[in-house]
Amino acid sequence: MSLTPEEVEKIAHLARLGVDDAELAEYAGELSKVLGLVELMNAAETEGIEPMAHPGHASNRLRDDLVTESDKRELLQQAAPAVEKGLFLVPKVIE
Amino acid sequence: MHDKNLREVAEHLDSRSISSEELTRLFLQRIDTHDAALNSMITVCAESAIQQAQVADKAIAEAGGTLSVNKPLLGVPIVHKDIFCTKGVKTSCGSRMLDNFVSPYDATVVEKLADAGTVMLGKANMDEFAMGSSNENSYFGAVGNPWDQNRVPGGSSGGSAAAVAARFCPAATGTDTGGSIRQPAAFCGLTGIKPTYGRISRYGMIAFASSLDQAGPMARSAEDCAIMLESMAGFDPRDSTSVDRPVENYRQQLVDAEQPNALQGLRIGLPEEYFAEGLDPAIATAVESAVKELEALGAVVKSVSLPNQHLCVPAYYVVAPAECSSNLSRFDGVRFGHRCESPVDLEDLYKRSRGEGFGREVKRRILIGTYALSAGYYDAYYLKAQKVRQLISDDFQQAFSEVDVIAGPATPTTAFEKNSKTDDPVSMYLNDLYTISANLAGLPSISLPCALADGLPVGLQLTANYFDESRLLKTAHSFQLQTDWHTQCPPDYV
Repeated sequence: MSLTPEEVEKIAHLARLGVDDAELAEYAGELSKVLGLVELMNAAETEGIEPMAHPGHASNRLRDDLVTESDKRELLQQAAPAVEKGLFLVPKVIE
Repeated sequence: MHDKNLREVAEHLDSRSISSEELTRLFLQRIDTHDAALNSMITVCAESAIQQAQVADKAIAEAGGTLSVNKPLLGVPIVHKDIFCTKGVKTSCGSRMLDNFVSPYDATVVEKLADAGTVMLGKANMDEFAMGSSNENSYFGAVGNPWDQNRVPGGSSGGSAAAVAARFCPAATGTDTGGSIRQPAAFCGLTGIKPTYGRISRYGMIAFASSLDQAGPMARSAEDCAIMLESMAGFDPRDSTSVDRPVENYRQQLVDAEQPNALQGLRIGLPEEYFAEGLDPAIATAVESAVKELEALGAVVKSVSLPNQHLCVPAYYVVAPAECSSNLSRFDGVRFGHRCESPVDLEDLYKRSRGEGFGREVKRRILIGTYALSAGYYDAYYLKAQKVRQLISDDFQQAFSEVDVIAGPATPTTAFEKNSKTDDPVSMYLNDLYTISANLAGLPSISLPCALADGLPVGLQLTANYFDESRLLKTAHSFQLQTDWHTQCPPDYV
């Protein structure tokens, strides 16, 4: 499978990842090579094999629904680029 | 004193022939003198390190030692890979995205090692978000290999490896998603262990591929790794895949290694697929003679087969990017991390913040992962890779029905020259051909030095079944009692 620059642009949009137009062709070439490597696995017979998501098919452990954390909003928001009155600021989304 | 390994440093602290403060100042001085050239550190915490050392010295005086109170790490200076969150200290993960990020909390590994009394000298350089095998993907610049500055130290824990090899500290933490502890350990002449998935908490360890990521120690001997691992391992309710199982007394397990015929009855398997095309003949020879050494200690060696070995790298480059594309979606320029200037709308904010904050390799992997998970391609890539992952895991279980430990090379070559593989991601990825399978299966695996080829270290890799870290450490320790490869020091850092 080889990817075109247009396809890379579409994937980058899905990932909300800014890629310069000038670099799309380079990425297309590099990603196509990686997909070429990946597709070697198509030769494997996997009929009836259970997909493995985690070592030992571990599943998430559940805990009781109790409050375990105290309010640390101020501390946690110190790392934010823009906050006001305890809220994260983003550009206006509704006109 | 800088050339002492962790056990020796601990003995000196115990007998108080040196104080933690003296030791800390000595290592800080070495970093100051040598690291401008090596670039192994992103952040050096001189002031807080000295304070921590003073606290440790007080505790040592009160307890009358360290070893008698079973605190072998009390007062020992170490370095943390910059992937571990450290409260009040910049935690960059090697990325521009987190260049401005000061963590509000400590990772469990950091907390546990601090509780054990270690002194944090600073945070080590790494490939951005742990994606890389050469440490050339760091926003903070490439790291030199102490054995040859023009060569890479390996990655992604390249800064940790270079710092220990250059004798800036006796041990460091690393993380291993596809070989990121074992490959740099091999390239820099260290011993590094990736434990079983779930053995060490991932809480506060910035996520790359959550079903593969595992932390571990990097040090100069298996014995030193055992000391570190004992403090790092353990159940943590804050990590939902942490395994609730008691931590073994790894050091105690090493005592047997001192007997003659220490490895009597140990069954070692050599996968025929490891000794094939792509392996540097000098490495093959080194590994074969290391295996003979293990045989002389009583081990029985036999050939085994891992028939899907050739599918490890392909399956990994679906699973790891898929998980990374999901994990790294949290970096959105809103709550923490890099934000672009004057975004016109929310989409522009996301795209430019991420486009500016991430480097090229991280972008490549996000794109591959997004593609593999996108509608219409999920079954062909992600689901297929998960099935292949099961086949790879089954191969190991088949092999472990016949042998206790699988031995082989850690890397196909010794440390390569800087910039020699940066233009070709596929050739870079193939570097991890022997290390990736342990991550896919979740098995414990160790790399230890077993030779020098043209003046560069060669790593022997040993892999065992789930939670059999003790057996790996004991086998490696037995080898190190008979050989001196692990005590070799890069000539410029003696």
